[in-house]
Amino acid sequence: MTTTTPLASRSTEVAARATELSKVYGTGETRVVALDQVSIDFRQGELTAIMGPSGSGKSTLMHCVAGLDTFDGGSVRIGDTELGALKDKQLTQLRRDKIGFIFQAFNLLPTLTALENITLPMDIAGRKPDQAWLDQVIDMVGLRDRLKHRPAQLSGGQQQRVAVARALASQPEIIFGDEPTGNLDSRSGAEVLGFLRNSVRTLHQTVVMVTHDAVAASYADRVVFLADGRIVDEMHRPTADSVLDRMKEFDAKGRTS
Amino acid sequence: MFRTALRNVLAHKARLLMTVLAVMLGVAFVSGTLVFTDTLGNALRNQSAKSYDDVAVSVQTYADQRDQEKTGIDAATLEKIQGIDGVAAAHGRVSGFAGVADPDGKLIGSGWSNTGANFAPGADGKDPQYTFTDGKGPKAGQVALDRATADQGEYQVGDKVRVATNGPVQELTLSGVFTTEDGAVNAGGSLVLFDQRTAQKQYLRPGYFKDVTVTAASGASDTALLEKVEALLPEDATAQTGQALAEEQAKDIESGLTGLNTMLLAFAGIALFVGVFLIANTFTMLIAQRTRELALMRAVGASRRQVKRSVLAEAALVGLVASAVGFGLGLGLAVALRSAMDAFGAEMPAGPLVVSPVAVGSAFGVGVVITVLAAWLPARRAAKIPPVAAMNSVHAVATVKSLVVRNTIGSIVTAAGAVAIVAGASKGGGDGRYLIAGGAFFALLGVMVLIPLLSRPVIAAVRPLLTKVFGVSGKLAAQNAVRNPRRTGTTASALAIGLTLVTGLSVLGLTVGQAIDRMTTDHIRADYMVTMASGRPMDSSALKALEGADGVSAVSPKQAAGFQFEDDYLGASSVTPAAVDKVFHLKVVDGSLATLEDGAIAVDTKTADKRGWKVGDTLPVTFDDEKKGELKVGATFEGNEFLDSVLIDRAVADAHEAAPMIMEIWVNTDGGPSDSARQALVDALGNNPAIDVMDQQEIRNAFGGMINTMLYIMYGLLAMALIIAVLGVVNTLAMSVFERQQEIGMLRAIGLDRRRVKRMIRLEAVVISLFGAVLGTALGVFLGWAIGETIAESVPGYELVLPWDRIAIFLALAGLVGVLAALWPARSAARLNMLTAIKTE
Repeated sequence: MTTTTPLASRSTEVAARATELSKVYGTGETRVVALDQVSIDFRQGELTAIMGPSGSGKSTLMHCVAGLDTFDGGSVRIGDTELGALKDKQLTQLRRDKIGFIFQAFNLLPTLTALENITLPMDIAGRKPDQAWLDQVIDMVGLRDRLKHRPAQLSGGQQQRVAVARALASQPEIIFGDEPTGNLDSRSGAEVLGFLRNSVRTLHQTVVMVTHDAVAASYADRVVFLADGRIVDEMHRPTADSVLDRMKEFDAKGRTS
Repeated sequence: MFRTALRNVLAHKARLLMTVLAVMLGVAFVSGTLVFTDTLGNALRNQSAKSYDDVAVSVQTYADQRDQEKTGIDAATLEKIQGIDGVAAAHGRVSGFAGVADPDGKLIGSGWSNTGANFAPGADGKDPQYTFTDGKGPKAGQVALDRATADQGEYQVGDKVRVATNGPVQELTLSGVFTTEDGAVNAGGSLVLFDQRTAQKQYLRPGYFKDVTVTAASGASDTALLEKVEALLPEDATAQTGQALAEEQAKDIESGLTGLNTMLLAFAGIALFVGVFLIANTFTMLIAQRTRELALMRAVGASRRQVKRSVLAEAALVGLVASAVGFGLGLGLAVALRSAMDAFGAEMPAGPLVVSPVAVGSAFGVGVVITVLAAWLPARRAAKIPPVAAMNSVHAVATVKSLVVRNTIGSIVTAAGAVAIVAGASKGGGDGRYLIAGGAFFALLGVMVLIPLLSRPVIAAVRPLLTKVFGVSGKLAAQNAVRNPRRTGTTASALAIGLTLVTGLSVLGLTVGQAIDRMTTDHIRADYMVTMASGRPMDSSALKALEGADGVSAVSPKQAAGFQFEDDYLGASSVTPAAVDKVFHLKVVDGSLATLEDGAIAVDTKTADKRGWKVGDTLPVTFDDEKKGELKVGATFEGNEFLDSVLIDRAVADAHEAAPMIMEIWVNTDGGPSDSARQALVDALGNNPAIDVMDQQEIRNAFGGMINTMLYIMYGLLAMALIIAVLGVVNTLAMSVFERQQEIGMLRAIGLDRRRVKRMIRLEAVVISLFGAVLGTALGVFLGWAIGETIAESVPGYELVLPWDRIAIFLALAGLVGVLAALWPARSAARLNMLTAIKTE
C-alpha cells in the first residue's frame, strides 16, 4: 500500500484545535459545567483516544469539536475553519466535506447496500468518489466480497467495518469515533481498531475516538484523560496496562475526594 | 389490566392523535347526519302538523290533465258539506302553476315551486289559511302574493304584477300581501292567490274545486264528520281526517329523509372504513414499540388473553374519547348543514336541534366498535409475542412468511373479482351490474391485500427518476417508502379507496354526460326548445304565437298523445308533419314521413321490429277518448331520444284529446341561433317569465349540468374519506420519523442538511400518496368502464370517456396531499436533536 504525498506533507499540522472550550448545561441549581475551558490540539496523522469516567465531558468535547453540538465559550477550528462563526447549514457542509464519523451503533442505513453506505457522504455532496482511493479503503477493511450486501446480512463487526470505510471514503480531514467498538466483541473490536490505526499509519488519516475501554485506547498514539470537564492528563504511546493503571488512579481519587 | 391500558393511552397521546382525529371525523359525519335528518324531520313534521292543525277533514280529488272535465267537487257539494252539522267552515281549493316576474322580467323561484291557488273567503270575507299583512284578498283582475315573493319582486299593494300561468302572461293588480303556514311556501316556494272564479277557470273549470278543507265546530268529532262528508262525495274524491293526512305526510317526510340519511351514512361509512386503515397502522406501531414491555408482562405471568384485552381496552378508550369529541363536532356539523341549506335557498322550517338517543348511541357505538375492530389484528399480534422477547434486544417478526400467505390470498381474491367484473361487463344489464358490484368489492379487497406486494416493484420503478431529479434525498425517500410495505400499503389503500370512487364516478358521469351531448347534437336540428319552467304542459296560445313569429322557419310541438293497441298503451308524440324533420334529425328507414299528413303514423325501428309492424300495415287502435279507429304505418325511423317511439300528426291526435298536452315546442329560425332570434321568440311569447327558451347548449346543460352537479356533491361527500386518508399519510410519516430518529440523526451528522432531510420526508410522502392515487385512479377507471358497459345499451351513443384532465388533477392533488401531509413530520425530522438521536441506549 502506498501513501499519497500531500497527506504526508501535512503531518505536523493541526487537524483540529479547541481553545478554552466551555460548555454549560442548565442554569442555577442544575447548572453543570460539561467542559471547563478545554484547550487541545489534534495533530494530523495521529490517532488520539479521549478517555475519562462517565460525565467527564469526553463525549461533549468530541461533539463540540466535530461540529455536532454548540458550545458556550472558546473556539474550535477544523483545519482553517472557525466553527463558532458557522450557521447550521455551513456546519452541515463542513461535516459532510471535512469530517468522518463512526458511531457506536446505528451507523448504517438499512435500506442501502454496503457500497452505497460507504459512498453515502459523497452521494450527499453530489460528488463522484475517487475510485482508486475507494478501492484502497475497501481492500483495507476487507469488504470486497460484501459490497452488495445489506447491513442486515452483515455481522456486527462487518457493519462497523463498513462504517470505517464510509468515514475514510470521502478523505476527510479528521475522523471522529464515538465508542466505535462499544457494541462489538473483542475480536471484531480489535479488527476495527486495527483498521483505524492502519488508516493513520498507511493512509495518513487523523482519527479522534472517545472510548472507555483501555484496550481500545492502547491502539492510539496519544490518550487524553478528562475529568470534570478538564483535561487532567495525557499519555503518549500507551499500553493497555498503563492506561488501566491511570484510570484506576482516577477512580481512587474520585473515591477519596 | 385496564389501568395499564389507561396509562398507555396517556403515555402515547401524541402518537394516538391522528387515530383520534380519524375516528372523530368519522363519528362527526355519522352523528351530524343523524342529528341533521332528525332535526329536519322533526321540523317538517311540526310544519305539516301545524298546517293541518285546524283541518278536521280534507277532501282531495286526483285528476290528471286528461280527465279534468270529469273530476272536481262542484259548488253544490261544497255547500252541502258546509251545511253538515258540526262543520264550522269548508273551503274549496284549486291550485296549479303560477309564476311571478321579478323587476328584470325573470321568474321568481325555480318553476316547480311556483304555485297559484284560489282565495276562498268565508262568510266573514276572510280565508283562515292566509293572514294579510298588507291590503286584502284579491278580486277579479287582482292577485295577492306571499311576503317573500312580494319582497323579492319589489311589489307594493296597487302595483301591476306580471303573472304567468299556463296561458299568456297577465298584468294583474296586487291586492295584498300575506303570510301562511303552507309548507311549500315556508320551504321557499312562491304562492299567488287569485279570486275564486279566475283560479277555477285556470286550474280546473268554473264552479269546481280540487280539494276541500273542512274545519270542525267545537265539540264535533273529526271521524264523525269524515263519515258525513264521505257520503256526499263523488266517486273519484277521497276524504281523510286532518290528523290522518298529517300522519301520512309525516310518513312521506320520513321516507324521503331515509333516502338522504342512507346516502349520507354510506359516505360516512366510507370515511370510517378508510379510518380503519389508519387506526390499524397506529396500533401496529404502538405494539411493535412495546414488544419488550408486552413480553415482560407475559414473562411475569400475564396470559395471552390479558395482553390482547389490554390492547383492545386501550383501543376502546381511544374510541370513546374520539367519539365524544366527534359527537360534539357532529352537532356543530348539523347546525352548519342547516344554515348551509338556508344559504343555498332551500329554506328549512325552523325548529329545535333534535338529539335522539339513537344518534348518541350510534355515534359512540360506531366510534368504539370501529376502533376496537381496527385494533383487533394488532392486538392478536401483541398476544403472540413470546415472553422470551423480553430478553432479546431485537424481536424478529416473521414478515416474509406472512406476506407469502397474504399475497396468495390477495391474488386469488383479486383474480376472482376481476373475472366477475369482466363477466358482468360482457353480460350487461341488471344481472351484469350485480356481478360487477360483487366483483368490484372483491377486486378492491384483493388489491388492498396485495398493495404491500405491489408497492415494491412500483416504487422501485420510480426510484431511478427520483434519484436523478432529487439526488440522495430522492433515493432514500423511495427506499424508505417500501421499508415497511405493510404500513405503506395500508396508508396507500386509504387514499386508493377514495380515489377509486372519485375516479369511477367521474368516468361514469362524464361518459354519460358526453353521450347526452352527442345525443343532443345527433338528434336535434332545432335552434331552440321552448318549455314551461314548471315542466307542465304549455298552453296552445304559445304554439300559435311561435308559428306566427317573425324569422321562424319551422315549428313543431311535441305533444304527449297515445293509443291503446291490443293490451298495451303506446305513448306517441304528436307533431306538425311538415316541420318535424326540420326540427329533429330523423333517419327514415322505410316509407316516408310525408304520409303523416295523410293520417298515418311513423314508428321507430325498435318498436316496429318488436311488434312485427311493417310500412303499409293497418293497426286497430283505441284513442284516449275511448273511440276506436285504425292507424296506418306510413314510415319507420331510427329512434330519437327526444321523441316517443310513435309519431302522429297532431291534427289526428288532437281530435281525440280534451286539450293538447304540449310538452315542448321546437323551433328553427331563419338565420340560426342568435341573440336577436331568441329575443324575437321571447317577444312573440309575450315575454312570459314562466316559459324557458333554450338553445342546444342550454339543453345539454339542462341534462348534463345535473350530472356535473351530482359529481360535485359526490366529490364533496368523498372529501371526508380523503381527509382521513391524508391524516393517515401524516400518521405514517410521523411514525416513520419517530422510528428513524437515530438514522436521521446519523444522516444529519454525516452531512445531510436540514433542507434535504425535509425533502427526503416530503418525497416519501409524495411517493406513498401517488402510489395510492395511481392505484386508485386505475381501479376507478376499470370500475367506471365495467359499470359503463352494463348501461351502454340503454344509453345511445355510448362511448367510454376517460377524463384525463380530471385524472391529472386528482394525481396532482394527491402529490399536493403528500407535500401537505409531510409538512409537520418533515419539520420535526429536520428539527431533530442530532445528539439525542445518535446517542445509544
